[in-house]
Amino acid sequence: MSTFEFPPSIRSRPVYCVLEARPGKAHLMIADAEGAEALIDLALRAPELMAKAHVIYIPKATDFGAALNALNPAQYYEGPSYSAAVSRIKRVFSDASMGLQIYLSGTEGLMGQALSEAMQAGYDHTAIQTEHRGSLARRMQCVHCKGITEDVSNDPFQCSHCGLNLFVRDHYSRRLAAFQGVCIDAEEPGNVPPSKELYS
Amino acid sequence: MTGTAPNSTAPKTVGAAKLAVRVSAITTLNALVTRFEFQRIDGADFPTFSGGAHTVVEMMDGEKKRLNPYSLMSDPAELSTYAISVRRDDQGRGGSLFMHQKIKVGDEMALSYPVNLFVLDLRARKHLFVAGGIGITPFLAQIKQLEAIGGNWELHYSCRSPDLGSYVDELTEYYPHATSVYYDDKKQLIDLDNLLDGQPFGTHLYVCGPKGMIDWVRKTATATGWPQAHVHHEEFFAPQPGRPFAVRLKKSELTVEVGAQESLLEAIERLGVDAPYLCRGGACGQCETDVLDSDGTFLHRDHWLEDDEKESGEKIMPCVSRFEGKILVLNR
Repeated sequence: MSTFEFPPSIRSRPVYCVLEARPGKAHLMIADAEGAEALIDLALRAPELMAKAHVIYIPKATDFGAALNALNPAQYYEGPSYSAAVSRIKRVFSDASMGLQIYLSGTEGLMGQALSEAMQAGYDHTAIQTEHRGSLARRMQCVHCKGITEDVSNDPFQCSHCGLNLFVRDHYSRRLAAFQGVCIDAEEPGNVPPSKELYS
Repeated sequence: MTGTAPNSTAPKTVGAAKLAVRVSAITTLNALVTRFEFQRIDGADFPTFSGGAHTVVEMMDGEKKRLNPYSLMSDPAELSTYAISVRRDDQGRGGSLFMHQKIKVGDEMALSYPVNLFVLDLRARKHLFVAGGIGITPFLAQIKQLEAIGGNWELHYSCRSPDLGSYVDELTEYYPHATSVYYDDKKQLIDLDNLLDGQPFGTHLYVCGPKGMIDWVRKTATATGWPQAHVHHEEFFAPQPGRPFAVRLKKSELTVEVGAQESLLEAIERLGVDAPYLCRGGACGQCETDVLDSDGTFLHRDHWLEDDEKESGEKIMPCVSRFEGKILVLNR
């Protein structure tokens, strides 16, 4: 099962929903990995969306591509990574009109970054639906060196840029689409608790 | 029991400080609308405001104090003068008639500090304005604000007839490419479906006008996929008259009879109890008051409280809502 119930947390932490069909002139669906399952579920509930849908999918190590394509969206794109897809996503927003509905699903990193792009294009974040599926790994920003480490699944972890030992916080930046990582052994260098998997 | 309440523990009104002003100009625009300009008696500049803000005008009509909100329509960058445009409402409670018939250049009045419940969202890529009749006034200030910063805007303005088209000449002269005017008497209607279709991503929509127009625009926008966060409306409800009713104010230890032509908020103020308010039109939420006890029917007329709050009988917005029944006790 690709769903996970996040425990209640601080207000800063994003919360996710189950995607629902909304009226719109066009529908943009962006997903990665198991996020495909949320789009497939949405298309089962509201098949009429697909004729006006543009699906942008990043499979990572999964093989949902064929099933997604079989939903017959008006446009289907599959890319090897978010970085590879982001220029297309920016272009879609710059060409889009009001009445576009946005559906994001998959990992927090993917949803956060796509949402940030929509915000930069002038769209209100509250109007964007997000459904978490799959990996619980997070996109983390080191608050010290500002470097981003992708797919962090253990806490604490080592910053991939400056090497500090970082505590995984629920404190989130919507603009950066990243959780904040704070040095855990600043006062007593080397005293680092054993790292364990998030939510384990 | 009536009288003042010097020991009232009710909170002090937000924005209670008033601006003492003198009427500096009165301009008749057409058969229904007159513009009033004010300058401060102390000669200082007015407080800054942003387009969409309103001021509550205090009118001393004999013994009666009237407090009516009006949108500031002057240039937010020009603070020596505040200007409002008042549409005469012959069926109203008398505030606009008082302004039209009694106020003369040189009269001294009091204005509240400006409050904005209809702000521009400056993250917008484009601002799309839909105005009906006197609903043009907040947009006049917003347009001046946007022009100063090179903002992208477009106005669709519906009026009854050319004779009653307040500011149409000014708008079409200065902004011919951004302004579209529609006259009811020529059967010209805003083609809303077409207008909302194809607006650039990141556009914000603003509507101010009669209730029917606001409902139509909001409903059409929602049906075509515009999110609520991108659709803004300004709608003040004037208090409606009704049957007189009695209210007990628990904290102030006073009882007041609310007259047929008076709002609950006005009755509370008449006793000298300092009740909070900002818009006096059921929109802002500032006057929300806890009901401690009641036996009767609430006539909720605001669009602030949620439906379940209205049904709970635990809250009332005294600026526009009324009550019919035996007992009403407020925590005021």
